[in-house]
Amino acid sequence: MLALQDVHTYYGKSHILHGVSIDVRPGEVVGLLGRNGVGKSTTLKTIMGLVRPAQGRVVFDNHDVGGMPPYRVARIGIGYVPEDRRIFRLLTVLENLRTGLDRHGLNEARREQLLEKVYTNFPVLRERRNQAGGTLSGGEQQMLAIARAMMLEPKVILLDEPTEGLMPRMVGQIHQIIKVLHAEGVAILLVEQNVPLTLEVSDRVYIMEKGVVRHHAPAAELRANHAVIHQYLGI
Amino acid sequence: MDAFLIQTLNGIVNGMILALVASGLTLIFGIMDVVNFAHGELFMLGAYAGVVWLAITGNFWAALLAAAVTIAVLSAVLQVVALRPLLGRDPLYTILGTFGISLVLQNYALWQFGPVPRKLTEPLTGHFRFFYLEYPYYRIVMALLSAAIIGALWAFLKYGKYGIWIRATTQDRVMAAAMGIPVPIVHTVVFAIGASMAAASGVLFGPLVGVTHAMGADWVLKAFVVVVVGGMGNLAGSILASIFISLLEAYASLIVSPAQAVIVAFVALIVTLLVRPTGLFVPTPK
Amino acid sequence: MPAARTDNRGYWIGFAVVLALLFVAPLVLPEFWRRFTTEILIWGLLAMSSDILIGYTGMVSFGHSAFFGLGMYGAAAALLTVRPPNLWLALLYGLVAAAVIAAFVAFFSTRLREIYFAITTLVFSQIFYVIIFTWTEVTGGENGLTFRQPALGVPGLFAIPFTPVTLHWFVLAVVTISYLLLRRITQSPFGMVLQSIRENEPRTRAIGYAVERYKIVAVMLSGLFAGLAGVLYAVQNKFAAPDFVFFLISGEVVIFNVLGGMGTLVGPVAGAAFFLLLREGFSRFFTEYYLIPVGIIFVLMVIFMPQGLLGVWRRQLNR
Repeated sequence: MLALQDVHTYYGKSHILHGVSIDVRPGEVVGLLGRNGVGKSTTLKTIMGLVRPAQGRVVFDNHDVGGMPPYRVARIGIGYVPEDRRIFRLLTVLENLRTGLDRHGLNEARREQLLEKVYTNFPVLRERRNQAGGTLSGGEQQMLAIARAMMLEPKVILLDEPTEGLMPRMVGQIHQIIKVLHAEGVAILLVEQNVPLTLEVSDRVYIMEKGVVRHHAPAAELRANHAVIHQYLGI
Repeated sequence: MDAFLIQTLNGIVNGMILALVASGLTLIFGIMDVVNFAHGELFMLGAYAGVVWLAITGNFWAALLAAAVTIAVLSAVLQVVALRPLLGRDPLYTILGTFGISLVLQNYALWQFGPVPRKLTEPLTGHFRFFYLEYPYYRIVMALLSAAIIGALWAFLKYGKYGIWIRATTQDRVMAAAMGIPVPIVHTVVFAIGASMAAASGVLFGPLVGVTHAMGADWVLKAFVVVVVGGMGNLAGSILASIFISLLEAYASLIVSPAQAVIVAFVALIVTLLVRPTGLFVPTPK
Repeated sequence: MPAARTDNRGYWIGFAVVLALLFVAPLVLPEFWRRFTTEILIWGLLAMSSDILIGYTGMVSFGHSAFFGLGMYGAAAALLTVRPPNLWLALLYGLVAAAVIAAFVAFFSTRLREIYFAITTLVFSQIFYVIIFTWTEVTGGENGLTFRQPALGVPGLFAIPFTPVTLHWFVLAVVTISYLLLRRITQSPFGMVLQSIRENEPRTRAIGYAVERYKIVAVMLSGLFAGLAGVLYAVQNKFAAPDFVFFLISGEVVIFNVLGGMGTLVGPVAGAAFFLLLREGFSRFFTEYYLIPVGIIFVLMVIFMPQGLLGVWRRQLNR
């Protein structure tokens, strides 16, 4: 459904991605592990159209999306939850959700439905719906960022380090959310530094190093084989 | 005493017009980081459009609306053709680009309409009487209408789906795009809105002076001062700053000639930059 | 490095050729074009001074009309108050006036970021415009001031009145010396720091350079040479007018910089020549509306050719 084929990306003169090939099948949870700076976030940004690939293809649902403007990428079904969450701090929680909810092709009833579903999954957002996004705690903002992406009813969600900067007990919450998304049939491409979480929730895992994919295996295999993890991530 | 009161009213009236011009400017700057040097020319072309439409329709208010729409369309085209390619580059280039556009527009107006000032007849004559004071009805209407337009803008931004899109794009255009908001189109629309506000100001202000090709230059400078004193991108601040500066100028012209009273605005800018560079009317960030 | 030296030689040969052409010009050109060439040189000097700020330090200034205008009025003051009119005194007064304003602007330059600095310089030049325009007793107001042209000489020793040709040579000499000086400065370690500020100010500061001091010097330098251009203009034309302090002049200067290529010193001179020629050319067809096609060309260049006419050779011109 979503595939990167030998993608090369540059930031100015820096060659960040040296031919990355990754794919995500419908409903799968795919993990992307690697040390800091290997190009994991850049991979997500390339998919989202925030950076243009210099070479290679990004294919989603048989469309070539490399070079598509980000707002079109979002509209064809890819959701994005960036590092640092980046919710709209001056908009209320409800307004944040509405940036996705107010799109074409939804009638009022459907909107109510989606909103209800999100409030049920994230009760704290219902409580704080008229509060400005910037007043929420780190964990609440993360929930809002994910809920906001869900408003687009995407086929795949790109999650960039959702547990970063969160207290350890929040990690369990993130785990729960990923399970809920998975149950809905939404595919997830998860970039993370938190290895145990990633291995638990993912079906398959890619490990990146210096802008290329070095290893690729089903999560079950990696759970059993600690040596590989140790080799690439030093843990 | 009379003179003082009259000048207070003049200050408020001019302040509201300036606020209308400055709000458009600050809206554009807030969302696209574009310092629109051509804003004064949009004001001026709005006034000319008002003259033309008034001749066609015979009705001032219809002309006001038609002029605002005409300029909105023109500026949307301008933004797509000349400014979109410049977004994302060094801000110097948008300053230069809008400066170039202002030169072209100003001389185009000179070419089309000639150097003789045009008259834009006011829709209301007559004076309002308050005790022994007399003040033209039209000026009061000008101020009220400007306030109404700004109020409408504020309401539009605060409620409604497109208001949310605009505010989201202003805060974080990358994430707005990631939410499916068509950011390039939002930019064009906001530019058109800002331009139409400048145009409306031009039409409203037109009857007070003659409409000439150079009338925008003064206003754009003052609008820049307002945007800095009021805080870049701060709508409420721009309005307060506009009235503040216009009042100062109105009082100053009791003492010096109007041509010199303009310096007051500039001094306000310098004081602001020395004392409180984020803007005099911006609440201290916590 | 042999390659660099050949390049440099090519540059100096080109330079010598252009200089020779400019020297010969007033002898062969008709009156109108003679004056035109002299004016190109003066505006070129003004544009060069602006390039120090825009092209080398990365600070956009719309205030050069103030420096230029004050140089002009300063010279006027000397030429009107001291008899007989003395060229060197005019130079002195003009440069001092420009320096005072430059000091003001320099102060603000250290505290303001790009757009705020640009707007402030714009506002400054307008303040001076209004003062000059309205203070009729001193500045002649709208009509400006007229005065006699000083002679070239040393008071008491000799005085040779200028002819249009010798005046051109004098201007050429001043502009050439200014260019060589500015070139020396921009190639020096000081100039390198300025360029580093343009590329990445926070990093330059982090490395340990007192960015503020460099900016102040850059502004003073820029202001002085702009004032010098103003003095030359006053001497050539024998009048000073408020029109030259209006911010549109600053705008035109920025146009010269962009058209010709920022950060090259000669680029802005070429830009001035290009603009003035365009203006001459278009005036024939469009009379006073020449700014419409010229403005359109300018916008097109900003979009499609932002490096300017000579910008492609920026690196070579800075060797």
